Amino acid sequence: MKSRVLVVDDDPALSEMLSIVLRGEGFDTAVVSDGPRALPAVRELRPDVVLLDLMLPGMNGIDVCRAIRAESGVPIVMLTAKSDTVDVVLGLESGADDYVIKPFKPKELVARIRARLRRTDAEPAESLAVGEVSIDVPAHQVTRDGLPISLTPLEFDLLVALARKPRQVFTREVLLEQVWGYRHAADTRLVNVHVQRLRSKVERDPERPEVVLTVRGVGYKAGPP
Amino acid sequence: MTARSVARRVGELALHLPGARQGRSLIRVLGYLGAELRAIFAAAWRRSLQLRVAVSTLALCSGVVIVLGLLLQTEIADRLVQGKVAAARIQMETATAELERDLTGVNPDDEYVEGTLNKALDKLSVTTLTDQPSSQNAGDFRAVLATEDGAASRGSQASAGRLDTIPPGLRRAVQSGALAMEFQTVDGVPMVIYGQPVHTAGRDLQFYLLFSLTAEQRTLTLVQSTLIVGGLVLILLLAAVTSMVTRQVVRPVQQAAEVAERFADGHLEERMPVKGDDEVARLAESYNEMAGSIQSQIRQLEEFGALQRRFTSDVSHELRTPLTTVRMAADVLFASRDQLPAALRRSSELLVEELDRFEALLADLLEISRLDAGMAELGAERTDMHSVVQRAVDAVRGLAEESGTPLELDVPGGVYAEIDPRRVERIVRNLVANALDHGEGKPVQIRLGADEDSVAVLVRDHGLGLRPGEAGLVFNRFWRADSSRARRSGGTGLGLSISLEDARLHGGWLQAWGEPGRGAAFRLTLPRRVGGELDGSPLPLVPVDEPLDGTLLAAGPGGADQLGAGEPLGAGESFGAGDPGDALIGAGDGGGAGDGGGLANGVTGGTGDGGGLANGVTGGAGDGVRSVADGAVDGDGSAPVRSAGIGEQR
Repeated sequence: MKSRVLVVDDDPALSEMLSIVLRGEGFDTAVVSDGPRALPAVRELRPDVVLLDLMLPGMNGIDVCRAIRAESGVPIVMLTAKSDTVDVVLGLESGADDYVIKPFKPKELVARIRARLRRTDAEPAESLAVGEVSIDVPAHQVTRDGLPISLTPLEFDLLVALARKPRQVFTREVLLEQVWGYRHAADTRLVNVHVQRLRSKVERDPERPEVVLTVRGVGYKAGPP
Repeated sequence: MTARSVARRVGELALHLPGARQGRSLIRVLGYLGAELRAIFAAAWRRSLQLRVAVSTLALCSGVVIVLGLLLQTEIADRLVQGKVAAARIQMETATAELERDLTGVNPDDEYVEGTLNKALDKLSVTTLTDQPSSQNAGDFRAVLATEDGAASRGSQASAGRLDTIPPGLRRAVQSGALAMEFQTVDGVPMVIYGQPVHTAGRDLQFYLLFSLTAEQRTLTLVQSTLIVGGLVLILLLAAVTSMVTRQVVRPVQQAAEVAERFADGHLEERMPVKGDDEVARLAESYNEMAGSIQSQIRQLEEFGALQRRFTSDVSHELRTPLTTVRMAADVLFASRDQLPAALRRSSELLVEELDRFEALLADLLEISRLDAGMAELGAERTDMHSVVQRAVDAVRGLAEESGTPLELDVPGGVYAEIDPRRVERIVRNLVANALDHGEGKPVQIRLGADEDSVAVLVRDHGLGLRPGEAGLVFNRFWRADSSRARRSGGTGLGLSISLEDARLHGGWLQAWGEPGRGAAFRLTLPRRVGGELDGSPLPLVPVDEPLDGTLLAAGPGGADQLGAGEPLGAGESFGAGDPGDALIGAGDGGGAGDGGGLANGVTGGTGDGGGLANGVTGGAGDGVRSVADGAVDGDGSAPVRSAGIGEQR
């Protein structure tokens, strides 16, 4: 079955080109040209990945991102013309999993999309524990005190990557490679922002984390079970 | 030196007071104190017009008051004494007449003459006191009546009153029969003494009247103290008045200075208050006009700048979306280039290559406009410098392999610094790419050094190097060392400018050195902690430890090679003029072309001049760059020439 990509972009030429490239790579594509129609499209089409332009008429891309994230964990890749810290961080904080800066190479975009779609298929029954949180890997379920915690696939992957090697300290670069699928070092702010998002969900007190610990000057590691 | 330091000295003084053995240190402290007070006063004198005017007025007025006072006092004293003398004389004459009446029948040689004399004197004092009109009264007196001096007459001398108080000179004068007067202090009391002979039946008698000057002295003292007090009050009043008057003038000037200072600090709305219509008001008015015009011009420039930056940023952003589409279209064409005819295939290749350049340029343009606008943020975190440098080097390794340039790394691990890893990586990447571009395939060294406060990365190549003056230009936007030379790395011409801005954002330095034939070196120095100050670099910018090779620039025959001769260093706009510790070059010249001082680079070559060619490469002392001077003496007529340039960037 082909993966379905929803393109939310106001520039018709770019949308069309994106469709051509993505179809050539074997994806199904659907195009929405403004913000307000994006959320209904997500509900209706149930895409596997959303490509979202940050600057949209009608509704800001960041608001669209928040609205989608509020009801779905679907991977969101932002398209942005601005690589400024503030914009990127704002986009990531509003729920985007990854971002691509215009102008991008088609291969790069496809790689980002595939990284988000890549789900480990036949996983052995595996159960991990970090702090007070337990993770049922095949079921994609995270619970604390028996109560389920809702994580996006990316956040889940991040937590699992850390939890699989409890004593190892992961640098941001290593996490980028393992979780995001970057082969070259990229923007480590991705990691920072998503660690914050993950903490806000799994920690009792995000100010004093017990599940995802910071190792100053190096990176992150999982807390003791 | 401040009032506080004086207070401290006084404190020390108080501590030193007990204990006599500390006398010497006490004196020393007093000496310090004196010196400091002097210095404080000198500073106040220099700084305050008001103080200067007040003190000068005080000094001049004091002089005038003292002279006036002295004159007045002398005059009053003279008048007082003259009056007394005149009154005394009248009284003397009256008394003499009376005495002569009483004593006409008295024989001075009589045995009991003293009693008679005493009686006459008693009577005299009674009548004088009662009968004389007050205007002629010369005041209290004592009288002395005596017979002629015994030595000059036959019998012994008889006297009434204290003859011993009469000075001998006066007595002699009276004996000769004249009216005489003398001033004399008797028993500590100043007196005016009149003497006159009094005729009797026998020998003449000597009659003296002594008038006390105590009253006059008292009056004079009173006058003196009045004058002194009056003078002092006058001086103080004058000083106060001067001070106040000066204040009236100085105050507006002070205000103007304060307003101007605030204006200079960037408070462009500051204006001087305009009161009245006098000179100060005119000053304020013209100042305000000037400030207004400056303000509007600055505003205009700011708006201009903001508009321009805004425009650059907008253009860059707006270009991105269509560029993305073009890029994707080009890539689609490129992907299926095998199915295209040759011309179309080549076209698609060129399209993709040039799009890469276009994108790089656009990205750099956007980055520099962001840096210019001050929008760049320093995302500093504690980072291992080794990994940053390693990543930067890895990013350009492909380029190095393409050009066959060996990369020699001396990058120790475990050096941590609070830096923005993205920016530092970009700087190092730019520097290494630049070295690969200009290194002509010769080895490029990358060194990492660190000390307590700073870390440094030095990138050295052995290519063509930089000509004198170029070290300051390399950071200029779109500057190319040699416009005919192609860029292997496809650099945009903005890389070093961006790197310089990035270094500045860290509060660090980016500096360049180069010499034709010896290659170039770029050194990035960053403080290890955010906000740290740099006072030196752990690595020397100018290579000092390597042997000089023989690849020197040839000199023109017989004359000066005009390569940068006399060319002032720091011609580049980004050259940090006035930065302390910036290294400048002094180049000595052994030949004919004088270069007028250490700030110019002289390159002089001379065939057959037989003289030594001394080329000085001088590093800035404040920068920890060692000073190098290489003097090449060459008498064989083929003089090698070196020229050196160091550009210091901050």
